[in-house]
Amino acid sequence: MPIQDLIGKEFPPFDMPVERGKIREFANAIGDDNPIYSDPAYAAKSEFGNILAPPTFVATKAFWRKGESVFELAGFDPHFRLHGEEEYEYYKPILAGDVLTCESKITEAYEKPGRRGGKMTFIVLEFSFYNQKREKVLVSRTTSIHTEGAVKN
Amino acid sequence: MEKKVLYLEDIRAGDEAPPVVVANITRTHIVKYAGASGDFNPIHHDELYAIRGGNDRVFAMGMMTAGFLSHMITDWVGDGKLRQYKVRFARQVWPGDTVTCKGKITKQYTEGGKNYIEADVFAENQRAEKLITSTIVAEVLNKPAV
Repeated sequence: MPIQDLIGKEFPPFDMPVERGKIREFANAIGDDNPIYSDPAYAAKSEFGNILAPPTFVATKAFWRKGESVFELAGFDPHFRLHGEEEYEYYKPILAGDVLTCESKITEAYEKPGRRGGKMTFIVLEFSFYNQKREKVLVSRTTSIHTEGAVKN
Repeated sequence: MEKKVLYLEDIRAGDEAPPVVVANITRTHIVKYAGASGDFNPIHHDELYAIRGGNDRVFAMGMMTAGFLSHMITDWVGDGKLRQYKVRFARQVWPGDTVTCKGKITKQYTEGGKNYIEADVFAENQRAEKLITSTIVAEVLNKPAV
């Protein structure tokens, strides 16, 4: 199948409960000790009124997504898969206790010759997150690259 | 605890962010991020798998470094102020590397009655090689009248 045929492909929507413990764990893993991510009393007094999710927290969607992944669909070998870009647009705060719904689709798919030979395949996957009030809270775009060998730099 | 807030009246193009440094990345940093984020590509935690793929050893997920960089950004612009964060991954982070996150304001503007800054932010290693580069847009508030 030509890679361009993947453009427009939608993945099954899924729900993603935003858990306080997961936010704390995620903030810890990125070395951020900001109390807005871990201290309920501090967060209650903040403008958000609750524990806030860090900017890249929706990476944890990996635990909630369903069905075939874009990599399986495109036949990407995990040995040779690179993350090219990640882009976020923020609309509303994401808070502990929210239940997000995530819709996702492939918006770009193309091939280019690599600088060091071999073919590079690019796929852009767009995720739209809505909260339980059906407010759009965040849009992210992930550019994944598949190479024909390990990248040396 | 008093949290620092970046106000419009206090900033100028060219202002730099207080850097955030994560010294000596270990495999423990990487597996903590794997468990927290759900990125279980073995290339980031299984040395033999990584070597079979032509790498010298495991390397960190780009998203871990994007997380370190987001820490610098939110410490700088404040919580819930980020409107856009676009990251390009340039180079791998290996165990033993030190990651330093930096940023500089490039522009400030008003749109729809709200004030924004744009900034170039990046993470570099101990050889000053860029690991990830990024542009951000953040909302900034006017300083409250005293």
